[in-house]
Formats: sequence, C-alpha cells, structure tokens
Amino acid sequence: MRRVVITGVGAISALGLNHAEFWRRLCLGESGIGPIQQADVSTIRFKNGAEVRGYDPEQYFQPKHLSFMNRFAQFAVVAAREAVKMAAVKWTPELQDSTAIVTGSCIGGRGSDEAGYRELFTYNRNRVHPLTIPLSMENAGASHISIEFGIQGPTFTISTACSSASHAIGQAFWMVRSGAASMAITGGSEAPMFYGGLKAWEAMRVVSSDTCRPFSADRSGMILGEGGAMLVLEPLETALARGVQPIAEIVGFGMSSDAFHIIQPKQTGPEKAMRSALRDARLDPKDIGYINAHGTATSANDQVEARAIHAVFGERAGTLPVSSTKSMHGHTLGASGAIEAVATVLALRDGVLPPTANYSKPDPACALYVIPNVARKQVVEFALSNSFAFGGLNAVLAFRAYRS
Amino acid sequence: MPETIEQRVIKVIAKSQRIPLEKVSIDSSFEDLGIDSMDSINILFDLEGEFDIQINDEQTKQIPRVREIVEGVTLLVDAKEKASHES
Repeated sequence: MRRVVITGVGAISALGLNHAEFWRRLCLGESGIGPIQQADVSTIRFKNGAEVRGYDPEQYFQPKHLSFMNRFAQFAVVAAREAVKMAAVKWTPELQDSTAIVTGSCIGGRGSDEAGYRELFTYNRNRVHPLTIPLSMENAGASHISIEFGIQGPTFTISTACSSASHAIGQAFWMVRSGAASMAITGGSEAPMFYGGLKAWEAMRVVSSDTCRPFSADRSGMILGEGGAMLVLEPLETALARGVQPIAEIVGFGMSSDAFHIIQPKQTGPEKAMRSALRDARLDPKDIGYINAHGTATSANDQVEARAIHAVFGERAGTLPVSSTKSMHGHTLGASGAIEAVATVLALRDGVLPPTANYSKPDPACALYVIPNVARKQVVEFALSNSFAFGGLNAVLAFRAYRS
Repeated sequence: MPETIEQRVIKVIAKSQRIPLEKVSIDSSFEDLGIDSMDSINILFDLEGEFDIQINDEQTKQIPRVREIVEGVTLLVDAKEKASHES
C-alpha cells in the first residue's frame, strides 16, 4: 500500500475566499458568523449564519458558464482551483486519465429547485428554468471540476448529510492508497442559504438564535454555514519525485452507522468510527494529539461526541486537545468534513491547534479540553477529524504531520 | 415605432448568450454564434417569456439560424393573437 499525502488545499468559507485567510482567522479565533443576507429571514426565528462574504462570481467564472452553476458548484471549483494550484499539478494526458474526483454535498443545488418551485407555486407560472436539473444535481460540483481540468478518471459524489465530505475524502484516500487512482481531488461544498431550506432547519429546532458555542454549557444549537474545501491527494513518492512539499499525510479512515435513530445520535456509532480510523491507520489512541470534533453545538451531538471520545481515549480524554472550528466557519453540512480536514492538516503543518470560539462555560456532560477561545501552540504528530451525520452515519479521518 | 419581432428575438438571443447585440443578425447561424444545444434551450425559455408563447418540443428540433426562430415565433404570436380575437 502506498503512503498518501496532501499536497494542496483550497477553501472558501465565511472566514475568507482562500485557505490562507481561513487559516489566519481560525488561528485568531475569529468568527465568520453574522446576519444572513442571501435570504429574507424576517419570518425565520434564527437570523445568523456563516456566509461567504465579498465573493463576486464573475471574478471567477465567465458569465455564460455561471448560468450552469449553482453556488455550491462554484464553491467546489473555486476550492479545487486553489488546491490544484498549491499542489503545482502539471496535467498530462496520463494524469488526467487516472485522477479521481470524489466530492461530498448534502444539499447540492437545491436552492435552484426552490427558485423553480417559487415560479410554479408563488407566481403560478407553468414552467421552471430549463437548467433546473443540472443546476440542482448533487454531482454538479464533481462534474464541473472534471470539466475544468479535463480529468477523466473515477468521478462521483457522496451524499451522507453532514458526513458527506469526510466519506468522500476517505474514499479518495483509499483509492490513491490502493493504486486505483494516481491522484485525487476530493472535498465538499454546500450553499444552504435559501428560504425553504432555512425554514426546514428552523422547523427542526436545532439552529441557535445567536451563535455557535460547541461544548459550552450555554450552547444553543448549530449555526448554518456555506462554502467549500478541496484537497489534492497523491502518493508520497509521486509528490517527492515532483519536488512538491507535502502539507500532511492522510493515514486512516473509519466509518460506521449508529443503526439507531434517524436524528438522535448514539455513542457507539462515533466510537466505532474513531476506533476504525485508528485501526486503518495502525495507530493506538495514545498516538493522537488533537481531534477536530464534529462539535455542532447541539445539546445531543456534543454530549454524545464527548462520551464517545471518553470511551476511546479513556483517562486522556479530559486533557487531549479537542476543538470545534464550527464555532467560526459554521456548520457547512456536506462540506464540513472537507473544511475541517483543511483546518486539521494546517494545524499539523504549523503546530497550532485552532480553538473552540464562543466558549463560555464548562459543561460537565462535555468534559473535554476544548482549547477555549485562544489557539494553542503545540506540535502534534497525529490528529483525527470527526464527522457525524443525521441518519447516524459516521466518518472519521486520521492525519499525520509531514516532517521532511 | 414599436420593435419588430425580429428585433425582439435578436435582443433575447444577445441577452441570453451575453454577446453584443450587433453580433447577432437575422442571418446568423447558431453555430456562428457559438450556441450549443443547451444554450438554445435557454434561448427558447427566454423567448417564451418575452412573447408569452409556448414552444413545443417538436418545433425546436431544427433551429440552425436566427431566421427560423423569427419565423417560428411570428407564427406562434400570430396564432395567439388570432385566438384572443376569437375568444
């Protein structure tokens, strides 16, 4: 089996239009959460979200191409371009032929569906925009990346709610590790800020009316976020032969299903996914120095995740650094696994662990060391990134710092 | 003087494709204008809105030039006006 490294990352999020800005603000503990501007929220109980600000689509895409791209697909391509540029990929016909693209998205372009339904049901028109189907399909992000770079290898999209991108990265990792693909572009993107979608989240009563405070006793729910992140994965030996400095190594992937409830989480599922990622990486729990938690700031997730971490890490669970960066970039749903994977690999690269922002009060039910509010300078060799989804589907990635 | 159907069709095509108005003429072919099959579906959508007509799938199979579109739209607009006089 081949060792697999990450040679490029790209991110567009509420914290900025590229990964450098994302990382700079994460390390400062700055939150990108603010009043939602893309939809009229006057009749919605929550008003805040983590929206991408200052993004002008025409700066990135030709007007003609934009009519074919929902915002979520644009984010996929913007992040992929950045990752490919950072990895200094030189496309050859052989590489285009054998590169894989695996993306995750929960909602895809459903905002375009909504625009069509509004025509039908609100304005009583009898037709919708002719591109509604290709705009809304969840694989649009993967397809647009493929078209952008001429990549003809295995290309597909995984939709497992909030674990989508972690499942995608895990599949891409296994494909590169086994030799099924010579390189992979993988991650996720999401654009959930449209009225009907926000109403559906409101109805679930899991969104905070102010901000996201993971693991804090006064937490009041999640904050929805949008954006996208992509990683370039390739074998270590290929990266070294190309003279490209790896950012970090990806060493393990584990997944599981709670087999319990369509919404309520259960400790055994996340626990099994973490153990499975450790086993895949041939690691012991004591090797792990940082966990980027799922940490949605809902009452149920944070308690269950804390219990699962205690079950896996035993006595170390109270002191092992764990943070939820959702406190800053929001819960980007099907993109969250990718955005948080980028945070995790940059933490390993720089020896800086991003904090859990907005943390005010310890909760005995979440007895973890959450790196409250201020980043921690600490060189760590191995880290996990957790993603747990509605439907009880769990995906955990394991990363290792790369030291040349 | 009100705009002719031809002028309105050309405007719709130019706007939909985001190309300069002067590039589109009655004799332009879709190929000349770089319009592919998906683009033409967008144009048909915009024409339906502009003229308040319905263009059937069968009527859209062969539209190589702007001239055919103007002719087709003219037929549909005439039929619509006739129907509204009769009712």
